[in-house]
Amino acid sequence: MTTTAAQVHKEDGYNFAYLDEQTKRMIRRSLLKALSIPGYQVPFGGREMPLAYGWGTGGIQVTASVIGPDDVLKVIDQGADDTTNAVSIRRFFQTVCDVSVTESTAEATVVQTRHRVPETPLKEGQVLVYQVPRPEPLSRMEPRETETRKMHAYAEYGAMQVTLYEDVAHFGRIAKTYDYPAIVNGRHLMSPSPIPKFDNPKMENNPAIQLFGAGREKRIYAVPPYTSVRSLDFDDHPFEVQTWKGSCALCGSTTSYLDEMITDDRGSRMFVCSDTDFCNTRQAEAASAPDDKAAGEDA
Amino acid sequence: MTLQSITATSSDGTLLKPGFADPVFDAQAVFRAALLATAYPGRVIPLDRSFVAPRPFSPATAALCLTLMDFETPAWLDRQTASSEASAWLRFHCGLPLIEETATARFAVVTDALNMPRLFEFHSGEIEYPDRSTTLLIQVKSFTEGPVTTWSGPGIKDNTTGAIDGLPFWFWSDWDLNSEFYPRGIDVIFSCGNALMGLPRTIKVEA
Repeated sequence: MTTTAAQVHKEDGYNFAYLDEQTKRMIRRSLLKALSIPGYQVPFGGREMPLAYGWGTGGIQVTASVIGPDDVLKVIDQGADDTTNAVSIRRFFQTVCDVSVTESTAEATVVQTRHRVPETPLKEGQVLVYQVPRPEPLSRMEPRETETRKMHAYAEYGAMQVTLYEDVAHFGRIAKTYDYPAIVNGRHLMSPSPIPKFDNPKMENNPAIQLFGAGREKRIYAVPPYTSVRSLDFDDHPFEVQTWKGSCALCGSTTSYLDEMITDDRGSRMFVCSDTDFCNTRQAEAASAPDDKAAGEDA
Repeated sequence: MTLQSITATSSDGTLLKPGFADPVFDAQAVFRAALLATAYPGRVIPLDRSFVAPRPFSPATAALCLTLMDFETPAWLDRQTASSEASAWLRFHCGLPLIEETATARFAVVTDALNMPRLFEFHSGEIEYPDRSTTLLIQVKSFTEGPVTTWSGPGIKDNTTGAIDGLPFWFWSDWDLNSEFYPRGIDVIFSCGNALMGLPRTIKVEA
């Protein structure tokens, strides 16, 4: 017999995972509809959370509706497990649901993320929850929701394509580097949240469940596993991800997304992996690997 | 707080069966199963919770109703469900507004699939709000012993096969029409015994 929610949370006065059960049911219904219409933004009754808008209130509400006592939670902010937003959200869930937490992408069952997709490939059954500040990809072109709803309803996405073309006309290339618009399941235009465009290809045909929560705008959307996510482009200006000349200064990776770090006041800088778990894992492997190699050479 | 101790009687005086032993954790576990079923259509997703369901519900059907339905979701029940103890049980445990109209229902519960209404009689959502469509919960006899169908679409790698037993002969041709409306359209979650199988509107099924 498992312990009951009432037994676990007798003291602190919160329901498991903070939200009340009726709110969770409402969000859960929205999540199922979101998975049924990939990329379509389902309106939901977003609640006021004990964090300010912009700090991941949408993602937190999605995570709170999904998470259970057996889950292992990982929270990242720009790929890092140890930055302010990640630490405070992780602590929030430890407080309101006693859930176990991890920094390892492979061990986590639920990953809440701000603006990155982990480098380590995700597996079936894992849930990736994105925090979304601006769910509507068309809002910069058309601020009226009455109009953007119609544009989504009839798949009128020409305005988005024109915006990308204006970049090509001005700069000779598509200048958008993050929050790069994508068509999901060949139908709905979706904002992937401000992840770098480097991460867009990871969303396509991912075995994991990808859920998006926007707290201020009160929208939930989803990309089911094994679903096409096509980043918009032109035949003569195909979609490309960022590349770097060097490799990560700490782990030597040439395949991960690199952040530029300023190391002193004379302009010295280094590039390191934005995904701290990925980088730490590789460093740990490298620390043990040379010994094996040396042993191999001796023999 | 022991919710097991709460008893209630329906209007005809029979004792109502209890709902979840633990409303918080049981609902969460069942929702995760429903999430997996919707995300990975065509797979049999077993529930690890069980309880005594009111006739004619299987444990999975009853658990799914408790997990998803409440006073905000007008629901339509088929004749076999409406005339049984499940009807009073749903009204008590979910506070469920029961309606006669299939065309306005957020949820529809079908336990006698052979005599269910045609799929186009349910609400397929509005073009600007396709999420407002009916979700059908259909209780079937078997997930493995029916005619074999090939499923493909989001959530399915390449394709998969389903063998749902106890559906009316017109079901899969109606399902084809349902996908014509996309992004409008109904969604289905099948239940059998203590397991679920999802069929969202994006899935193409070849009989």
